[in-house]
Amino acid sequence: MLKGLKWKLIIYAAIILFAILLVLPTVTSQLPSWYSKVIPTDKIHLGLDLQGGMHIVLEVEAEKAIESYVERIKNNIKDDLKDRGVPTGKVEREKRDQIVLEFSGEKEKVERLLSERYSIMHELSSSEIGGGIWRIALVLDSRQAEQVKKNALDQALETIRNRIDQFGVSEPEITVQGTEQILIQLPGIKDPERAKSLIGRTALLEFKLVDDEEDIETALKGVIPEGDIILYQRVVDPKTGGIKKTPYLLKEKTLMTGEVLKDARVALDSQFHEPYIALEFDDIGAKLFEQITGTNVKKRLAIILDDNVYSAPVIQERIAGGRAQITGRFTTDEANELAIILRAGALPAPVKIIEERTVGPSLGQDSIRQGIISILISAALIVLFLIFYYRGTGVIGDIALILNVVLVLGILSLLRATLTLPGIAGLVLSVGMAVDANILINERIKEELRWGKTIRAAIDQGYHRAFTTIIDSNITTVIAALFLYQFGTGPVRGFAVTLFWGIVANIFTAVFITRWMFDYLTLKVKIKKLSI
Amino acid sequence: MELIRPDTRYDFIGKKKFTVWISAIVLLVSFGSIIYHGGLRYGVDFAGGILLQIKFSKAVDIPEVRNAIDAMGSKDAMVQKFGGENEFLIRVEKSSEDLEAISRQIQASLQERFKGQTLEIRRAEVVGPKVGKDLRNKAIWATVLSFLAILVYVAIRFRQFSYGLGGIAALVHDILITFGAISLFDLEFSLPLLAVILTIIGFSINDTIVIFDRVRENIKKMRKEKLDTVFNVSINETLGRTILTSGTVMMVVLILFFFGGPVIHDFTTAMIIGLISGTYSTIYIASPVVLLWHNHITLKRKR
Repeated sequence: MLKGLKWKLIIYAAIILFAILLVLPTVTSQLPSWYSKVIPTDKIHLGLDLQGGMHIVLEVEAEKAIESYVERIKNNIKDDLKDRGVPTGKVEREKRDQIVLEFSGEKEKVERLLSERYSIMHELSSSEIGGGIWRIALVLDSRQAEQVKKNALDQALETIRNRIDQFGVSEPEITVQGTEQILIQLPGIKDPERAKSLIGRTALLEFKLVDDEEDIETALKGVIPEGDIILYQRVVDPKTGGIKKTPYLLKEKTLMTGEVLKDARVALDSQFHEPYIALEFDDIGAKLFEQITGTNVKKRLAIILDDNVYSAPVIQERIAGGRAQITGRFTTDEANELAIILRAGALPAPVKIIEERTVGPSLGQDSIRQGIISILISAALIVLFLIFYYRGTGVIGDIALILNVVLVLGILSLLRATLTLPGIAGLVLSVGMAVDANILINERIKEELRWGKTIRAAIDQGYHRAFTTIIDSNITTVIAALFLYQFGTGPVRGFAVTLFWGIVANIFTAVFITRWMFDYLTLKVKIKKLSI
Repeated sequence: MELIRPDTRYDFIGKKKFTVWISAIVLLVSFGSIIYHGGLRYGVDFAGGILLQIKFSKAVDIPEVRNAIDAMGSKDAMVQKFGGENEFLIRVEKSSEDLEAISRQIQASLQERFKGQTLEIRRAEVVGPKVGKDLRNKAIWATVLSFLAILVYVAIRFRQFSYGLGGIAALVHDILITFGAISLFDLEFSLPLLAVILTIIGFSINDTIVIFDRVRENIKKMRKEKLDTVFNVSINETLGRTILTSGTVMMVVLILFFFGGPVIHDFTTAMIIGLISGTYSTIYIASPVVLLWHNHITLKRKR
């Protein structure tokens, strides 16, 4: 029996020591540098509700990604048919993922072209609408559509990561949720509004030609010429806050997009010291830009971001070298933000913030403080209570409780679990429930002693009888905690985690460790009377 | 030290005719409150919408805050005092439109109106309609599944239908009363309160099991006695433990209630009610149900 005692001591002590080592980083920061390499742990990870920060869930409007995709295919088909000399009428995108084309002439030739080069569009229907004109409707292959959606999500994830990287937040967490959502957690962020605007902008940079031949006034009245669209330039007057909208009549076709950007930097205008964005294109972009400017000298080229016209300067001459500027009454902050966004790239589809939870740092501090006070007071009261009610045995129970808390904190550290405010409540609650185990055992021992059993026998019976009850009663709370963990999110999950581990650790400390202490006292120290 | 003398023979079960009325009244009040208020006051988690917790550096009256928000056209905003001095909670329950924009507008409008002060946004929550619905579903699943899982466990452990029935009765009683309290005290039903419901489910059965365990043990020892007596004896024997455990857990929750801060205040309030109900139901709901079953059905079968 004694030998068993020694072995158990070694094992228990090792476990507890390990837990203490895991918790140390949280308590003190003066540790040697090799510490974190040997013991796999950091400070306990605090939830956003305790350290302050922002949690947002974005929904990628993947449908729009499909629309753009099909739009591009439509443009390609149109150009292709024109190149092959097929007289075409309408070539339009209909609904989200369908293309309708009307042409006169050889149906087979067109169908062959479509199946050879555009096989991802399936033919939905074909009919002759009289006069030798055919009408074919195409729909995007569903698997391809899924692929486009998935790519949109992946690309959005990548782009947002880039943007946040440049924003400079420590330990951001960016993950995919489900098939259409992205979860972003930015702990300790000081300016949530800026972060949101940085993340949420689609930032599609486009270059389109201004249509100077048609009359903009008639267009504004409702008659927009074929192939043109109207976009606006929004200028906010910094003094009055008023918004002035200037319409531009543009040729719809996008000549170039931000895909070809190599770099975007903020620079200061030499004359007025106002910030502007200096763009640098990559090789493809540079060549394209040279071509565009070469063929359109004296025309105006509109620079558009997210369907807002920023400027529309006149092309004075062919521009080689791949550089351009975006000007537009920016503040330095706006310019910086724009540069970050342009550098990181455009989002493949618009994103919408569907959930946001932001906690300011001051509230976080308050919560931590309140949490710690609660733990300390509870612990103090319980410790006193146990000693008061069970005297010597109470001390044993107290030691077990303290070890219980240390173990739980160690487990949290090891699992890199997040501690939240409800999590602290869960810890406190589990400690309250932990006392139950001690009470069950001690009451049983008292009863056995009353019936005249010896100390050893009383202890044996006490543990034996109480054990099943302890397991039974704690299992139900464990079940509840498991379901809560599965279905809960955020701070509530933290509650489930601490409750669960609190109970598990409690069974270990209340049953095994106290048993060891009883055994030690009765076998080694050989006490004659139990102070209970 | 002994809180309860070992030979107490307080007649708990005998009082059941009286306590049935107490339960009935409390349940009625709970139900009534819920129906009167047309359901629970859902937090942003489940109903969607906007929640803003703001703090001014100087004293501000509620009507001023309300005016500022009304002025920007948000007539369905709810404002209440929260936590410390000059701190308010603004709640807008809109289930569609651009919630982010509305949140920004409210913040801007407040900054504008109270220019001489620093306005601190302590906490902001915006939950879109889809997310709210999603969470509601999860909440229902979590509750139903825990409930079932625990019942299966009790059935396996005790093998007697009546015990399971007693457990269910006690659980349902506790859940209803906790919801009633949430409604009565106008607590906000959000995710943390769901945690309370699930914890109470676990705790209530906890309690019930301890007593049933003892009853099972005593039945073997006291074969000659009526079941009523066995129950009474068992409850008396475990009384010390029941009071002590409920006592310590309650003490701990009360500490959280007073010191835990306003953010988890609703959580701790609901927890307190649930705990009281949980302990009470074991003695006065679960046990009587088992006895009722035994006396009327099991005994009748024997005849």
